[in-house]
Amino acid sequence: MARIVLNNIAHRYGAVTARSATQSTDDAAAYALKPLSHAWEDGGAYALLGPSGCGKTTLLNIISGLVTPSQGQLFFDDTDVSQLPTEQRNIAQVFQFPVLYDTMTVAENLAFPLRNRRGINKLGDAEIKQRVADAITMLGLEKLAHQKARGLSADDKQKISLGRGLVRTDVNAILFDEPLTVIDPHLKWQLRTQLKQIHRQFGHTMIYVTHDQTEALTFADKVVVMLAGEVIQTGTPEDLFKHPLHTFVGKFIGSPGMNILRCELDGNEAIVDTFRIALPCHYPALPGTIELGIRPEFIRIVNQGEGMPVTISAIEDIGRYRIVRALLGSQHLDIVVPEAVAIPGNAAVVFETGNIGIYHNSRLVNSNNSNTGVS
Amino acid sequence: MKSWNNKAWFLVLPVLLLVAFSAIIPLMTVVNYSVQDSFGNNEFYWVGLEWFKEVLESERFHNALMRNLLFSAIILLIEIPLGIAIALAMPRRGWGVSVCLVLMALPLLIPWNVVGTIWQVFARVDIGLLGYTLTQLGFDYNYTQDVVDAWITLIVMDVWHWTSLVVLLCYSGLVSIPQAYYQAARIDGASRWAVFRYIQLPKMRRVLVIAVLLRFMDSFMIYTEPFVVTGGGPGNATTFLSIDLVQMAIGQFDLGPAAAMSLIYFLIILLVSWVFYTVMTQQDADSAPGRGQP
Amino acid sequence: MLELLNVSTRVGNQQHIQDVSLQLHPGTLNVLLGATLSGKTTLMRLMAGLETPDTGEVRFNGVNVRGIPVQKRDVAMVYQQFINYPSLTVYENIASPLRVAGLDKATIKQRVHEAAELLRLTDYLQRLPADLSGGQQQRTALARALVKQAKLVLLDEPLANLDYKLREELRRELPGIFAKTGAILVYASTEPSEALLLGGNTATLHEGRLTQFGPAIEVFQRPVDLQTARIFSDPPLNTLLVSKQGAELRCDALVMTLPVDNADAAQLPDGQYTLAIRPWHLLLDVPPQLEKQTTEKQTTHARINAHVEVTEITGSETYVHVRLQGAQTQRWVALLHGVKDLPADSPVQLAIDPAQIYLFDSHGQRCLTPPQREDV
Repeated sequence: MARIVLNNIAHRYGAVTARSATQSTDDAAAYALKPLSHAWEDGGAYALLGPSGCGKTTLLNIISGLVTPSQGQLFFDDTDVSQLPTEQRNIAQVFQFPVLYDTMTVAENLAFPLRNRRGINKLGDAEIKQRVADAITMLGLEKLAHQKARGLSADDKQKISLGRGLVRTDVNAILFDEPLTVIDPHLKWQLRTQLKQIHRQFGHTMIYVTHDQTEALTFADKVVVMLAGEVIQTGTPEDLFKHPLHTFVGKFIGSPGMNILRCELDGNEAIVDTFRIALPCHYPALPGTIELGIRPEFIRIVNQGEGMPVTISAIEDIGRYRIVRALLGSQHLDIVVPEAVAIPGNAAVVFETGNIGIYHNSRLVNSNNSNTGVS
Repeated sequence: MKSWNNKAWFLVLPVLLLVAFSAIIPLMTVVNYSVQDSFGNNEFYWVGLEWFKEVLESERFHNALMRNLLFSAIILLIEIPLGIAIALAMPRRGWGVSVCLVLMALPLLIPWNVVGTIWQVFARVDIGLLGYTLTQLGFDYNYTQDVVDAWITLIVMDVWHWTSLVVLLCYSGLVSIPQAYYQAARIDGASRWAVFRYIQLPKMRRVLVIAVLLRFMDSFMIYTEPFVVTGGGPGNATTFLSIDLVQMAIGQFDLGPAAAMSLIYFLIILLVSWVFYTVMTQQDADSAPGRGQP
Repeated sequence: MLELLNVSTRVGNQQHIQDVSLQLHPGTLNVLLGATLSGKTTLMRLMAGLETPDTGEVRFNGVNVRGIPVQKRDVAMVYQQFINYPSLTVYENIASPLRVAGLDKATIKQRVHEAAELLRLTDYLQRLPADLSGGQQQRTALARALVKQAKLVLLDEPLANLDYKLREELRRELPGIFAKTGAILVYASTEPSEALLLGGNTATLHEGRLTQFGPAIEVFQRPVDLQTARIFSDPPLNTLLVSKQGAELRCDALVMTLPVDNADAAQLPDGQYTLAIRPWHLLLDVPPQLEKQTTEKQTTHARINAHVEVTEITGSETYVHVRLQGAQTQRWVALLHGVKDLPADSPVQLAIDPAQIYLFDSHGQRCLTPPQREDV
């Protein structure tokens, strides 16, 4: 187990020829991963969250050594592993689609990474047997242990792929690349909580790549949100939910995502269309685009006259709560209404002042000049 | 699946007729000859299984059969591993791919008798590049006189002609393996051998079945090349079943024994192919395929 | 109208579809909800005419469609994989069904542009599918299904291979896009939340059987049996075997008094039942040493003791996975508001409002439902 440090790592795809290496590197669009320094603490459960093509898988493959970055260094604790091949990095990785050795039984598949060890890391047969048996129990694969891996269901296959990572109890880190994509919703719950328990039990450093916010937030202690090859925000699920630093994070996390309303600032009030909305603190006037962000969960729906009037365009009842799609002036607004709350015919809304964020050119304006605001 | 549409039969009919004329009727003719004797004048006498008995007991047949089996075994033992090795060494992307594919396809485009003629000339001791060079280098090489030399010439020729087929089949199997398998193997710390043994070989198995079957049947029925190059000699050293059969039927006009022999020949090929197929695809039957991945 | 009448198929000994009867009306959105291999795709193939039922009939506007080739059935289908003609531009892809139909150039152009507009593909019409993102590729496939103006549109998990956020976006647009065509829309999904978000009707499938069909929210709130309730729950439904004696439900883990004001409850005979409760109807009652501020004590609430296995925090909510005390094998999940980081193995007490429970009898049939919410 180790602390993993990225030091100014960046990557561009395509062959790095002498010519392209001498070309100016400021062509940012060409980067699959923009220069990044980041530390993954030992034993942390991380999620790398972002839309497809944001560079999250590239980053994961750089850590495991499947991709050699165009620049920068990678450290496991104090050792520079940038030049080490994958086999020597002692990393486990689980891929989006199940990867199995067809000719082996389930148990042999699980034992495979252990049997490949050479030299001082070589394991005895008894040790291997024990670890495989543990993994089989952990994943509930007892019945399949001696079946050939070929011909199992997609769910079971992916469990075995997971298992091949989990048998290696002394790895530096376990990396997951959207591992639950092919899994049915009900089993997803089960596997996700199992992963969490395993993390708690063994304390591996785990990095979990996904585009699914639910998976990222529920799995990770710390979520790293990426967009276009760049890390936009790193934080706990609560941080990301309550204080997104970027409108992208606000929209990407939460379903429905954060409402982003164009506005103007006037001291401690924001003006959205014709409505004046109280803000948690005083904001200076800023040039550029100003937006007000508020989550649908922090908007209360009230009777007309008690708040800003809205026109409801649709109500989606999803059982646990309802999503009200509405127009505030000319701007679209999503509101989450809990099961027990009735929606009046002539509705108005009230924003919870403490949960409003102001964004300047898509980035959160720091409100540390106030003691009532978000921290 | 279960609904029967009678229109379909009309669509299949032309093929059925074609197959009947090209395969079934000739086969029946052969069967007909194999149980009768003729003394000319188109008079035929029923002899039962006499010809079969004669062929099966004849030393000439045994020797030719042994030669065939030996030849096919050697061909398979060389061409399959060599084909796999070349396929593994071929580049997977870039301009090298098309160059390699074209090079590999070249020998396959040359007709059998041309290949035979090329090698016949190529290996001649007096004017052939290969034969002459070998002799000058001090090797005692002469395929028209020496049994071993004749065999080596035929085998090298077949390997040159047909290994490409195995290579192309294996290559198609290799490129269809998703990248994730190789990545997973690196993560698991698998050696180069383990990657081959547990990923590449299993994924190539289906095409290997085809390769082995094709190469076996082809090599077992080999005719043109030895006919052109060695003419079955020296002595009877390269007289394979097919050559023997033609000599018997055309040369000696022994239609009865020749017909019996060709039926036996046919059954042997069928039997051996069936054995290969069953053994190599056995694992597939063990388990039904699971839900495919997208 | 598309009707399935007692449709069954089998492959070998395996029954794929068991006696399914279903009526789908023009202009409706119908979600087939069920786990992988529950028969959704087979049912769609039956509707499309790609497969013929062993017994039963598929009728379109009253006519048995057996023997009518798929090409003549006026069906459009979109798959989970993004299936487009790789060598044709987006424009040609969308135009392809119209060319097959032999329409004139001007009409084709107009229809393609309308569809492209609706699916926001106008800027990409001259590109090849390979140069598009996954979302755009699937939009192209959807546009092709749309221009065909088929009377039956089958969508087989069309969003499954898309990013979560893209899925959300496209899911919101989909019902509207097809609503104008008046087609019968059938949509297969494994995700309960998707069925609810799409609205329309939901048909729940389990092992080739249709368990219930009706408006999504109604099926969700009033599942006819336990199986349906399970299919339509994400996070999973919490269940417990209890025995009813008079007005009391009992088992080793729980004692609960049935709500007196519920007429259904009063009439139930004594015996064995399965109690079910939604994760967000469980309230946390934490021992004071862990959290001082406890939820309001309601005397009618039943208590159940459990041990925390794992907590998952989404930022605004917390999923607490627990093992029940007195029913060790039973794992439950509670969805709590706010962030509650409970240590593993710590004891918790969960409170259940008897008004929120479902009861299913020993055959799995529903006998008790929480009262309906009053809505506007």
